[in-house]
Amino acid sequence: MGIRFILMVNKQGQTRLAQYYENLTLEERRALEGEIVRKCLARNEQQCSFVEHRNYKIVYRRYASLFFLVGVDNDENELAILEFIHLLVETMDRHFGNVCELDIMFHLEKAHFMLEEMVMNGCIVETSKSNILSPIQLMEKSS
Amino acid sequence: MAGSSLMDTLFQRTLDDLIKGLRLQLIGESAFISKAMDEIRREIKSTDPQTKSTALQKLSYLSSLHGIDMNWAAFHVVEVMSSSRFAQKKIGYHAASQSFHEATPVLLLITNQLRKDLTSTNEFEVSLALDCLSKFATVDLARDLTPEIFTLLSSTKVFVRKKAIGVVLRVFGKYPDAVRVCFKRLVENLESSDPRILSAVVGVFCELASQDPRSYLPLAPEFYRILADSKNNWVLIKVLKIFKNLAPLEPRLARKIVEPITEHMRRTGAKSLLFECIRTVVTSLSDFETAVRLAVEKTREFLVDDDPNLKYLGLHALSILVPKHSWAVLENKEVVIKSLSDVDPNVKLESLRLVMAMVSDNNVTEICRVLVNLALKSDPEFCNEILGSILATCGENVYEIIIDFDWYVSLLGEMSRIPYCRKGEEIENQLVDIGMRVKDARPTLVMVGRDLLIDPALLGNPFMDRILSAAAWVSGEYVQFSGKPFELLEALLQPRSNLLPPSVRAVYVQSAFKVTIFCLNSYIQEQNIDSSSYVDTLVENGSESISARECQDASALASCDASDQFEQVEVFNPRGSNQPTKVTFAENDRETLTRVQTCTSASLEDNSSSLGSIVELLNFIQFSLGPLTWSHDVELLERSRNLLNFIELIRKQIPDGLNEKDGSAEMELAEISKIVELILDAFSDDFGPISINAQERVPIPEGLILKENLDDLKMICSDIEVSEGSYSFGNSLYEEKVDSSILSQQIQQESESLNATTSLLSEHRKRHGMYYLPSDKTDDASNDYPPANELKVQDILDDDAAHLVKLAERSLALKKKSTSAKPRPVVVRLDEGDELPVTRKKPQLNDEQLSDAVRDVLVGSDARPTSSQTNQSSKPSGRRKGKEKQNADNLLESKENLGNVEEQSSNMVDTSLRRTHRHHEKDAKQESPEKNSEKKDQTHKKGKRTSSQRHGRHKAKQSGDTSLPVASQTVIPDFLL
Repeated sequence: MGIRFILMVNKQGQTRLAQYYENLTLEERRALEGEIVRKCLARNEQQCSFVEHRNYKIVYRRYASLFFLVGVDNDENELAILEFIHLLVETMDRHFGNVCELDIMFHLEKAHFMLEEMVMNGCIVETSKSNILSPIQLMEKSS
Repeated sequence: MAGSSLMDTLFQRTLDDLIKGLRLQLIGESAFISKAMDEIRREIKSTDPQTKSTALQKLSYLSSLHGIDMNWAAFHVVEVMSSSRFAQKKIGYHAASQSFHEATPVLLLITNQLRKDLTSTNEFEVSLALDCLSKFATVDLARDLTPEIFTLLSSTKVFVRKKAIGVVLRVFGKYPDAVRVCFKRLVENLESSDPRILSAVVGVFCELASQDPRSYLPLAPEFYRILADSKNNWVLIKVLKIFKNLAPLEPRLARKIVEPITEHMRRTGAKSLLFECIRTVVTSLSDFETAVRLAVEKTREFLVDDDPNLKYLGLHALSILVPKHSWAVLENKEVVIKSLSDVDPNVKLESLRLVMAMVSDNNVTEICRVLVNLALKSDPEFCNEILGSILATCGENVYEIIIDFDWYVSLLGEMSRIPYCRKGEEIENQLVDIGMRVKDARPTLVMVGRDLLIDPALLGNPFMDRILSAAAWVSGEYVQFSGKPFELLEALLQPRSNLLPPSVRAVYVQSAFKVTIFCLNSYIQEQNIDSSSYVDTLVENGSESISARECQDASALASCDASDQFEQVEVFNPRGSNQPTKVTFAENDRETLTRVQTCTSASLEDNSSSLGSIVELLNFIQFSLGPLTWSHDVELLERSRNLLNFIELIRKQIPDGLNEKDGSAEMELAEISKIVELILDAFSDDFGPISINAQERVPIPEGLILKENLDDLKMICSDIEVSEGSYSFGNSLYEEKVDSSILSQQIQQESESLNATTSLLSEHRKRHGMYYLPSDKTDDASNDYPPANELKVQDILDDDAAHLVKLAERSLALKKKSTSAKPRPVVVRLDEGDELPVTRKKPQLNDEQLSDAVRDVLVGSDARPTSSQTNQSSKPSGRRKGKEKQNADNLLESKENLGNVEEQSSNMVDTSLRRTHRHHEKDAKQESPEKNSEKKDQTHKKGKRTSSQRHGRHKAKQSGDTSLPVASQTVIPDFLL
């Protein structure tokens, strides 16, 4: 499966985006997000960006006030996931222009579409920024 | 109704309004959301598609971020999905991908909608449908839509084809027969020049190969080409992952890929690719010395890097290497040891795992020493990680690596004194287990147990209870190794033991019983030895006895004192029959008690063999156990009564005063010795370890019908259940009789309730914190002893680390040195494993079907006909042909397989080549011409490559050889190897 979920959480621990690639009930999701956020937000800059949680790993990275958390299988390449997070941020940056938390809040659907372009079934399928963004821009134009 | 819907349409809040409102709300978030939900529920029923879709958009927003259930709206989602306007359809699909899952009932309704969108000319509509399908495709959807996906796999629009490839993974997982249709087109995409297609298809194969690598071995050449040619790091990482799974299956493949992988390792600047190379080498190519060397070199760069991420991964890579290449860790031992005191708990944990993996029988002592010192200085969590891993490693495989058990037992004692230690249960188990298994360790065990028991500071700590219980059991069971049984008895009966939970205290009392018996017995033994002279000088003995009595004066005084106290107690107790007063009683009398104790201990120490001291001993026990006869805990009550009654029995035989005639004393001694011997017999059986499946080996006695109707029992049980409510005492009595497991359950319940009360207490404290003195300990005032082990002042971290490194310098060195002069003692091991047999997890049926199907397509034979035949029953009738074909295939195979088996492996490659040809001939007969030609192409392509290289060499063999490979063997086309 590779990637199991992608979360964006702000410094206060509020979820700003949640995308799951496995089926969890709402209660399970809430519990999971609570546990992870507690675990990851407590860590500081000098500590590494990988946290083992239950039977998988969380790779996270902080951009300003927003934490990007990606849950992956144990044999996934952690550094590649870090690069993936960075790619995601760069892509959003290019689309929104200096992306911030509010952009994601008000354009949640678009953020989801970007993720859909990049990840399918938990596999990373697209890694070129222009390829990710072109269908979104086309869709915007048409509607 | 119409009016309200018009109002909704005109004044509907958009998603943006909702978000803004949510940010500015004054009524509280949940109130705002529930208000918004009311609106949504109304709006979503609207007949106007725009209103409906906006409502759905808001709903899916709230659902994904605020955890609002939206399953109720599933049908509305389907309606919006079928909208003709793209913007609305998009909202519908988005909501579906967020909320639908396999069990959603409306999925049955959307098959045609999805089919329509999949065949749409608008590529975005197609992509919406594909995205959704990749999330929640069910078996039915996958089966019904396979033809459409098959068409899309060769779509000219890259955007669509890429997504179709992504969906295939899900479709294969749900409906393995889709492999027979789509697999070839999927493989063709591997040769695509478009990087987007390539990245998608490699991702799919990476996932497929991680589930069942063997089936994909034939595709190795394609992957190899990508590994050698691709410039895209994402793709390379995926391909490396595939090879990581394939290489262990085929040594020739491993040899082939070592070269390009080391090349990538040298060249690449991307850390992620470098790490993937390292991981591939250390997991799958660990036999290739040069590659491993290079990988270790690169790992070292990771380890010394400032980036904690790289350090963590470096440690991780090393830990994979340990079993085969421990030198790699030795070369980096400094970094590893330093990482044990890193700022990052994850790095610490990883290096701890690494260090534990290095432990062997000749360095275990040193490493454990280093780690225990470290545990003393670390935070509670890591401290317990360390202790846990020491216990796990040393206890592994029945203490395989322990040679010096005396050392290990003392280490256990030392570990239990570490203030943060929370590993009571494991230490308890190991103490008892070692006692039973290792005879030679018993003296040290008793010594360690004694040290733990006599330390009053340990009693207040609830995490010590289990360890103390083990210590008490051990010292009772093996009391013969104890130098000072009286001291042990005092420790077991010390007043502070009322801090222990009843279950542990019961063990204390039982051990006290054993020690008492031992003392009496040794007294009798001594008397008997003397007896020859004793009997002869029976009459003259008077003076001697008197002098002995004079000697005893002091102690007699003490015992008198004690019995006085005891009487006081007797008077006192009936009043204080409930628990709290009892405790206060104990508290009040502690002072006097300790006084008695010191007196007795002073007097008991030296003249253990005299009758007076025995009397005193009995007095002391009676005095200490008196309060327990009112205990509410049945176990404790029973055991203390046992002991007390026994003492009564003995006491009857002992003359009241010592001034009685010796003749009668002698006679009584015989009486006592009878009783004592009797009970000693009961205690004398040695306990041993029991195999976990011992119960199975007990033959069922004749006439015992295990499956007899147990209705009678049910009646009795229900009786008891009734009584449970009415009075609790009967309940606990019953429990004690029936099963100790129930008892332990009860104990657990008790501890749970204890936890509940402590949490209540802490909550109370939190609220009224200002009224309490600041204290980090929850222990109450009763624990006025200093802690067992003062925490050392935290040294400067660097200093520590340096010290640690120095300490570990020697310990990690694997030099063979004679660790101990004495040989390893015998450790009792049962023939069969003591551990539970590990049942291997069977692969799921679906996976099996999938790999069968893949093999079918790739190798052209059915690997496991049985499983795919069961699968056939669910197939639509149009697939009958395939079944016949398989059966024919099997028949043929079984006939031919009778031949030579030895040559199979050596000729694997060319026989398979022929087999594909043969297969393809058969195909010609039975399959449709279109499909047949496709297959022909494929086999020809592969065939040509193979024969061009090997043809000459194997020509002769080919003609004469009729053997076939075993069905499950798969084949790599030869040109690669």
